[in-house]
Amino acid sequence: MNDMTTFDVEKIRRDFPIFEEKIHGKRLTFLDSGASAQKPQVVLDAVKSAYAETYANVHRGVHYLSQKSTELYEGARETVRAHLNAESLDEVIFTKNTTEAINLVAQSYGLMALKPGDEIILSYLEHHSNIVPWQLIAERMGATVKAVPINQDGEFLMEEFEKLLSEKTKIVAVTHVSNAIGTIVPVKEIIAKAHDKGVPVLIDGSQAVPHMQVDVQDLDADFYVFTGHKLFAPTGIGVLYGKNKWLEQMPPYQGGGDMINRVTFEKTTYATGHSKFEAGTPPIVQAIGLGTAINYVNEIGFDKIGAHEQSLLAYATEEIRKLNNVRIIGDAPHKAAIVSFTMDGIHPHDIGTIIDQAGVAVRVGHHCAQPLMDFYDVPSTVRASFAMYNNRDDVDALVDAMQMVQRFFA
Amino acid sequence: MMDDLKSLYQEVILDHSKSPRNFGKIEPHTTEGHGDNPLCGDQVTLYVNVDDAGIITDISFEGKGCAISTASTSLLTQLVKGKSKGEATELFGQFQDMVTSSPEDTNRSEAPDELKVLAGVKQFPMRVKCATLSWHALKAALENKAALATSE
Repeated sequence: MNDMTTFDVEKIRRDFPIFEEKIHGKRLTFLDSGASAQKPQVVLDAVKSAYAETYANVHRGVHYLSQKSTELYEGARETVRAHLNAESLDEVIFTKNTTEAINLVAQSYGLMALKPGDEIILSYLEHHSNIVPWQLIAERMGATVKAVPINQDGEFLMEEFEKLLSEKTKIVAVTHVSNAIGTIVPVKEIIAKAHDKGVPVLIDGSQAVPHMQVDVQDLDADFYVFTGHKLFAPTGIGVLYGKNKWLEQMPPYQGGGDMINRVTFEKTTYATGHSKFEAGTPPIVQAIGLGTAINYVNEIGFDKIGAHEQSLLAYATEEIRKLNNVRIIGDAPHKAAIVSFTMDGIHPHDIGTIIDQAGVAVRVGHHCAQPLMDFYDVPSTVRASFAMYNNRDDVDALVDAMQMVQRFFA
Repeated sequence: MMDDLKSLYQEVILDHSKSPRNFGKIEPHTTEGHGDNPLCGDQVTLYVNVDDAGIITDISFEGKGCAISTASTSLLTQLVKGKSKGEATELFGQFQDMVTSSPEDTNRSEAPDELKVLAGVKQFPMRVKCATLSWHALKAALENKAALATSE
């Protein structure tokens, strides 16, 4: 493997204390990073230090700790801005997670832009969190949700998308990478086509940011959302990038402290920029942890991470294909390192329980993507999702465990 | 490791999951109950005939599920056939007490041997819902609720 000369996966593994743990007495084979990624020591240290050495509320006090805490918190915002190549800090809003970021846009943009008869375009590849928020606002505003179909390989059908785009379309919301089957969606092309019709686009980047460099200006995304915990950061912190031209027009999502300019009982004026959408005390330490995680992955470099993961994906796909009676769900030519599969006659839940005893952690179920499961006519799949710290031993352990399942049910 | 697995997937369980008893839809039926496991997307529908005296004279099921869920449903149908509604409800209670670590009613009698093959589920808390899904569906059917039962 050529990339191994510059990319040392064993060194990366040593940065993650979880890999010292034994699971049921076995080596941990963690293939569930798509659900939530493990945390490197630098992030754990940053979290500890933020609580132990610099903690106070942000944007409030004039005292030393509040100032220090604010500097670190706002420093994390700058790290996120630079990482996404956003034009300004006002375009970077901290949220609880991806779900909250999408709900924010759905409720706020939706309230502003949707009228009865309008349409929202999604795709069959979406996670429930990029479906249900749109259904809620659509119902309230009398709008309709449409979904772009996919082919058997799990690819987004661009021509079908073009057919759905119309003057009724008020927003397009699609995932960058399918959480359930790994398809990388050609979002730049989708955005360009939507913009031709004057329609803004939200990209759900939850499964993309751990695997690839994202440049929101290059994509020309109107909204780009992701969650920190899949990017080796703590839970409770997510990001909404939004173009200023939209954020300035959008009404506040939640009311509270920090999002106001001046409050009287007669009339309240709102803060501008990101503050308008950040009511209440934010996840301070979690944001600092996110900034640290982003610096950590950037030190390794997404070119190397991507190459390593693609080589693992190819190896895993090849090895899993060798197993009898196994069907890989989703075979798009452009995929992130996610392999979803089913085994004839053996339910994913049984597979998950049995291979867990061998220390192999995978996700089994519908992956919060039931419309996609319905498309493939399966109730659920087994999903092995890889991250930069996985190696070939992980693939071998998965395959060995799958053979054990087959013997068990033979 | 294999011991826990062997106790979960006993021969009887594997047998019932591969060849479920009373599988299919009985027509006509007096009531039915549907169970949905939102965690895994599994579904089961029980078709039940209850006579005027409240006896379950026939029962069958359809659905997609894991080995635990399918075997549990298959065993359920064998066990409650010929029982009264009250007896079936009592069996549900005994079954729940057996598979959960904190029994609701410590005075309740033990589950019958036919159900004890599923006692291993207790060691796998994430799988308890797989085993109880069809019992919830049965309860819905017997209460004649059109509403959906979930294992939540």
